[in-house]
Amino acid sequence: MMAAVQSAPAATKRRAGRAELSDRSRSERRLGLLLSAPAVIVMLLVTAYPLLNALYLSLFRYRITAPDDKKFVGLSNYWTALSDPLFWQNVFTTFIITFATVAVELVIGFGLAMVMHRALFARRTVRTAILLPYGIVTVISAFAWRYAFDLQSGFVNSWFGLGDYAWFSGRWSSLFVIVLSEIWKTTPFVSLLLLAGLAQVPNDLGEAATVDGATAWQRLRRVTIPNMKAAILVAVLFRTLDAWRIFDNVYIMTSGQQKTQTLSFLTYQQTITRTAIGLGDAVGVLLFLSVVLIAVVFIRGFRVDLSQVRGDR
Amino acid sequence: MESARSKWLWIVASLLILVWTVFPILWIVMLSFKQPGEIGNQKGFLPHHWTWDNYRTVFKTDLFTSALINSIGISVIATFVGVVFATLVAYAIARLEFPGKKLILSFALAIAMFPVVSLVGPLFNLWRDIGLYDTWLGLIIPYISFALPLAIWTLSAFFREIPWEMEQAAQVDGATAWQAFRKVIVPLAAPGVFTAAILTFFFCWNDFVFGISLTSSDNARPVPAALAFFTGASQFEQPTTAICAAAVVVTVPVVVIVLAFQRRIVAGLTSGAVKG
Amino acid sequence: MAAITMKKIVKRYGDGFPAVNEVSLDVRDGEFMILVGPSGCGKSTLLRMIVGLEDITSGEMVIGDRVVNRVAPRERNLSMVFQNYALYPHLTVFENIAFPLRLAKTPDAEVKRRVNETAELLELTEHLERKPANLSGGQRQRVAMGRAIVRQADAFLFDEPLSNLDAKLRGQMRTEISRLQRRLGVTTVYVTHDQTEAMTLGDRVAVLRKGVLQQVGSPRELYEQPVNLFVAGFIGSPSMNFLPASVDGTTLETPLGRFEVRDERKAAALEGREVVLVGIRPEHFEDASLVSEEKKAHGSVVAAHVDVTEWLGNELYAYVPYEAPDDLAAQLRELSRELDGDQLRTQAVVALDASSPITPGRDAELWIDTSRIHIFDPSTGDNLTRDEEHVAELGRLGEEHREAKRDAQRHAERPAPEASTSEASTSEASAPEAPTEP
Repeated sequence: MMAAVQSAPAATKRRAGRAELSDRSRSERRLGLLLSAPAVIVMLLVTAYPLLNALYLSLFRYRITAPDDKKFVGLSNYWTALSDPLFWQNVFTTFIITFATVAVELVIGFGLAMVMHRALFARRTVRTAILLPYGIVTVISAFAWRYAFDLQSGFVNSWFGLGDYAWFSGRWSSLFVIVLSEIWKTTPFVSLLLLAGLAQVPNDLGEAATVDGATAWQRLRRVTIPNMKAAILVAVLFRTLDAWRIFDNVYIMTSGQQKTQTLSFLTYQQTITRTAIGLGDAVGVLLFLSVVLIAVVFIRGFRVDLSQVRGDR
Repeated sequence: MESARSKWLWIVASLLILVWTVFPILWIVMLSFKQPGEIGNQKGFLPHHWTWDNYRTVFKTDLFTSALINSIGISVIATFVGVVFATLVAYAIARLEFPGKKLILSFALAIAMFPVVSLVGPLFNLWRDIGLYDTWLGLIIPYISFALPLAIWTLSAFFREIPWEMEQAAQVDGATAWQAFRKVIVPLAAPGVFTAAILTFFFCWNDFVFGISLTSSDNARPVPAALAFFTGASQFEQPTTAICAAAVVVTVPVVVIVLAFQRRIVAGLTSGAVKG
Repeated sequence: MAAITMKKIVKRYGDGFPAVNEVSLDVRDGEFMILVGPSGCGKSTLLRMIVGLEDITSGEMVIGDRVVNRVAPRERNLSMVFQNYALYPHLTVFENIAFPLRLAKTPDAEVKRRVNETAELLELTEHLERKPANLSGGQRQRVAMGRAIVRQADAFLFDEPLSNLDAKLRGQMRTEISRLQRRLGVTTVYVTHDQTEAMTLGDRVAVLRKGVLQQVGSPRELYEQPVNLFVAGFIGSPSMNFLPASVDGTTLETPLGRFEVRDERKAAALEGREVVLVGIRPEHFEDASLVSEEKKAHGSVVAAHVDVTEWLGNELYAYVPYEAPDDLAAQLRELSRELDGDQLRTQAVVALDASSPITPGRDAELWIDTSRIHIFDPSTGDNLTRDEEHVAELGRLGEEHREAKRDAQRHAERPAPEASTSEASTSEASAPEAPTEP
């Protein structure tokens, strides 16, 4: 109030200034929106409409094979899904895969980042080698690991003297191979993010801690890791969401057999294979909600600063 | 202090990493040189009898050759269009003041986290309705939209670093606006755009979910999807070695790109990931 | 507390180039030793070898009575202040200072007590809960010092600690460091390239050039009795002038004019030589018109063409360009470059009384105090006129000075009843507990 009274002349001046500016800023605004339009429209087209469509259809009993049988059923598709033990089994499987891959990748990725950061020997070669799995098509990685463990073609059993151990006929051993392939393929991404974080920690700090009396382990735990918290959280967030959506590896390796179905796989199976659109869409919406939930927990709970993050898969 | 010992530790660690990353690729290559008959009989790592037969088989199979053409065509087009769109947005975000900047970046981020599979069902229906099912365009559109977030974030982080005063400096030095853009800004921006293109291409090349859901024939099916169906398409022998030969063929370009542009890819993947 | 002894220390990097070459140096217990030299002279490397962040290629490093060549930094019980302070950004000021104590698993109560004492000493008490990012440059500097002193290390090491501060703050922190060191009486090695810091802080100063130790001595000794051209040129600002001169008996023919060397000892140094370099500090010139006849008699008057003058209020600098033979000019330019300068032309800088009426562009009469000149061998750069007796006397003087300063510091603080020092506050709060400082 006070300020408004006192600065009345200043305010008019400012208003005049704003009017002067507005022409330029208006055209800048228009150009900005114009340039963003194509990308935004494409992104909306492929996500917003189908998502709303999925939401809508999830309220119906609807199969493509019987289009006339479409019937509004309210939330009963959700009820069907949520009350089915198979659904919860899939949630559990997805959780196991996510937890195992993220935990292991964080450790291995940190090791790789340290080596890339410190390596005196063949630095370039190591970096290039680490990038290779990132570039390899997931499906091919899945085939490589599947064939390595396969009874017919694999070398793993003969190398490790496991005889006729059938990896893909048990749930946990199948999951083990799936997780292995996922880790191999995506650790590079984690290690690169961690490397960037590591590079942000000034060398001085480590030296100062050394002089202050820290052992190598204390330096890592008390100085290095706390200072790359942002990078670690970003890596965990992205990898968690990514692993939660795992599909390719499961499809190629087990086709969901031996109770290795994940949420993505279930959604795909319902909508595409079984063409149970209504039920499949309900599962898809649940998958979507679970992703949102994870993201919110991370962003709110761990305060991952998204202004520091870039989108990636 | 313990420098000699730790030096050896780092060297051993580096070698372990090399083995870990290269080994599965090597394994696929080895399989691709085995005779189909070896599968199930000879269980070693190296081929018993080296043969090019698998490659011949693969290139004689229409399913694979058409898939290869589809993959290349779709990925290249999607990459090109995606990068052009992303460049426009990133330029606007880096240089212009307009409302919704933050919103666009957040929206892009949200899309990057989106569970793709949730959309496959509705898209499947929509595409069938409007005739995009099993066409190149039907894959190009989702590829663009899901590769865009990565490209937008990479590029806007990159564009923020460009010293835009250079453009004015060039104009003061006597360049026209177009010359200033052409001779100063384009060379500065090119590496970033190129990096975004590589990352986008990798994304498209890697896709599997859309590939198997939105195609049904040779018309548009890309290689990863084709490989999955290759398995069942064997009339005479185990398809393992042939699949591996096909896998090697699609892996070669990736390896070449990684070898040639290692530095750019690292920069692109980490740019703006952590506040710098 | 401990003395630090370096015996023929060598640091050789992968390319075989010795960054530090056969440096032998004794830092006495409680002494404030300065390592100074132009950039790349190896001073920081030497410091990092003391603390253990760099391996020692050969030679022996002794701290106290322990050879530490193979001892890990954390076992050496030294503390160091880094150029960029190296504060831990994720920790508060309190935890930054407490860090070494935490690593040593010190009990909480003890940590609290010592950190609070230290904070009080450095006037950081009100900032203890803040993060380093929210502090000003001077405050960060003090936190870094706090972390160094909280631990009661055997020695303090400083690596150009003031170079990131602005000029005014640098002056304040300089006195602060000096006061603190005298008070705690801890052996200190301080690296700097700033000669004001070197001259004002050090009990003794060690001058390094390309990894080789040139001279160690009190600031006054370095200034008045430099061993060679390098030290003479490095210490003092503006630098000492070096004039090429041809010798004619006891007379020197310089580009500024002829003058006689009357001092016997100095004249003796000229014997058998044809060419020498004469070193004259700027302040040993004066405007002849301002010099009394009596004083004039024990110097010489030369005529010079003054090119540019700079009037600074308290004094006046005049620049006198001169021609020098090509080979000597090249040598002088090389020296100037080595001293981090870039003198393009051969010119003398003279510091005159501010009341001097000398005008640029005119000829002027300058008086030179010839009793204060130095004569250098142009080929080796050695000072031919160094006075060993005087050096010994300066050494004694420096030692006395150091004692006096430290006593003054102690006396100034002990009896002051209102002094907010750690001793005062702890002994008041809990009388029986022994004060931490010695």
